[in-house]
Amino acid sequence: MTLDIQKIRADFPVLDQQVNGSPLIYFDNAATTQKPKSVIDALSHYYALDNANIHRGLHALAERATTAYELTRTKIKEFINAPSSDQIILTAGTTGSINLVAQTFGRANFSKGDKILISNLEHHSNIVPWQMIAEEKGAIIEVIPVDERGVLDLEAFRNLLDASVKLVAVNHVSNAIGTINPIAEMIQLAHAHGAKVMIDGAQSIAHLDIDVQALDIDFFAFSAHKLFGPTGVGVLYGKRELLESMPPYQGGGEMIKEVSFEGTTYNELPYKFEAGTPNIADVIALSAAIDYVNALSKEALFTQELALLAYATEQLSTIPGLKIIGTAPDKIAVISFVIDGIHPQDLGVLLDKFGIAIRTGHHCVQPLMKRFGLPGTCRASFAFYNTFEEIDLFVKALRRSINMLQ
Amino acid sequence: MAQSIQETQEDLIEEFGLFDDWADKYEYLIDLGKKLPNLPEVFKTEENVIKGCQSRVWLHADKQGDQIVFEADSEAVIVKGLISMLIRVLSNHTAEEIMKADLYFIDQIGMSQHLAQTRSNGLLSMVKQMKNYALAFSAK
Ligand SMILES: Cc1ncc(COP(=O)(O)O)c(C=O)c1O
Repeated sequence: MTLDIQKIRADFPVLDQQVNGSPLIYFDNAATTQKPKSVIDALSHYYALDNANIHRGLHALAERATTAYELTRTKIKEFINAPSSDQIILTAGTTGSINLVAQTFGRANFSKGDKILISNLEHHSNIVPWQMIAEEKGAIIEVIPVDERGVLDLEAFRNLLDASVKLVAVNHVSNAIGTINPIAEMIQLAHAHGAKVMIDGAQSIAHLDIDVQALDIDFFAFSAHKLFGPTGVGVLYGKRELLESMPPYQGGGEMIKEVSFEGTTYNELPYKFEAGTPNIADVIALSAAIDYVNALSKEALFTQELALLAYATEQLSTIPGLKIIGTAPDKIAVISFVIDGIHPQDLGVLLDKFGIAIRTGHHCVQPLMKRFGLPGTCRASFAFYNTFEEIDLFVKALRRSINMLQ
Repeated sequence: MAQSIQETQEDLIEEFGLFDDWADKYEYLIDLGKKLPNLPEVFKTEENVIKGCQSRVWLHADKQGDQIVFEADSEAVIVKGLISMLIRVLSNHTAEEIMKADLYFIDQIGMSQHLAQTRSNGLLSMVKQMKNYALAFSAK
């Protein structure tokens, strides 16, 4: 299937605007993706017609809202091929999902001297929650190194694995440099040593096919806003026996079966981990985002993105003094780069003047920046709605900015 | 007799008034940044770093007579240009003048976007830090 990019662009209202006098070029998709009109419509439809609290009311609106909310759960289950929808926990985002696992699985399973393996590629969201629980439990965090290309060192990973490793927490794809990690192999290795694996799928969910059963993933986390859906919604998938054995996280309404002052019995999965009124509208609108991606096919979208990546890499390589950071053979459409003698922030400011949105700075991966000896990089990240013409304009604006700065 | 804070702001507004597109404005700003003398390494201390900037910015203040003299540096040249203007406006004035200065020129020359809280280049933090120095010196 070939994609009609102009038709696709028309589905994303935000793309059709001028910024600082030029047409917007949005190359910050790794930070958050734009939303198709169907997602925006689902949000306003919900508030205009169906708004009610869910799971508790008997009336018609409560029924409609509950049905729509639970339909999203089913769609997520299918999207990542989970065995059952009650293994889909709705959270506030990837960060929320990782903290949930750290504070429940970690609290119940880590003890003094146990090891948690993370990688040098991790986002702060997949570092700090582990540091917090490790400090509390006396567990030790060890780091899988990366090579010059930004590829994880699997030999070092093998050597780090032993019986004291309780959990391996790695991202599927690096947000800062785009590396796709060989998680299937890593999961097999970890399981052979009795360790569980948590995959941070924030950057893979929109681009790669995810089958949590085929990959034998123990925990998988992602954010709706990186999948063309709304902010404030995240997902945690977990294997049933793990989720069932984990203590509840936050206490409150919805997560209980029976409450008395003598004690409380907890609700079943997934509600055990969903205390309080959830983000109903945004969860419901996530359905529309999943439908959108499914209708176009993730594979076709990723093929388009890889073509953009190849073209942009080739074009950027013609700029003198430009160095691409992250040259793994398997990457998503993310290009991090630096330019000799120019601070990334200066480029970010000037490109914004050309109406071009890129990200500059440390991208919430300070340990990775340190690994490359850089304070930060410029990062352009593409989505299927970006075009080759936009890349040409970007490269032209970049040359002009470099001229201004040198 | 040195210029007042207001007079320097008026000068800057006039200078920027000559440019009719953003590129000329930014080229001028970049030029200001390049011309600002580098801060001696001894002053590039952790203490002198202004927090909340995406690039590192150092600000050093000294009291000479009843006036405060600022020197600053940054890794990013546009930030250096912005701070060079702040120095031109605020340096060599008394603590009291600095504390009550209303820096309207930033808006008038079309650079107010750099003042927003969300801007990680921290022009706002620089202004705050300069005023903090003035406050600290006046308390001494
Ligand atoms: C790899 C990775 N992990 C975690 C996160 C955190 O996601 P959120 O802020 O949506 O919780 C991000 C977002 O930038 C990410 O790219």
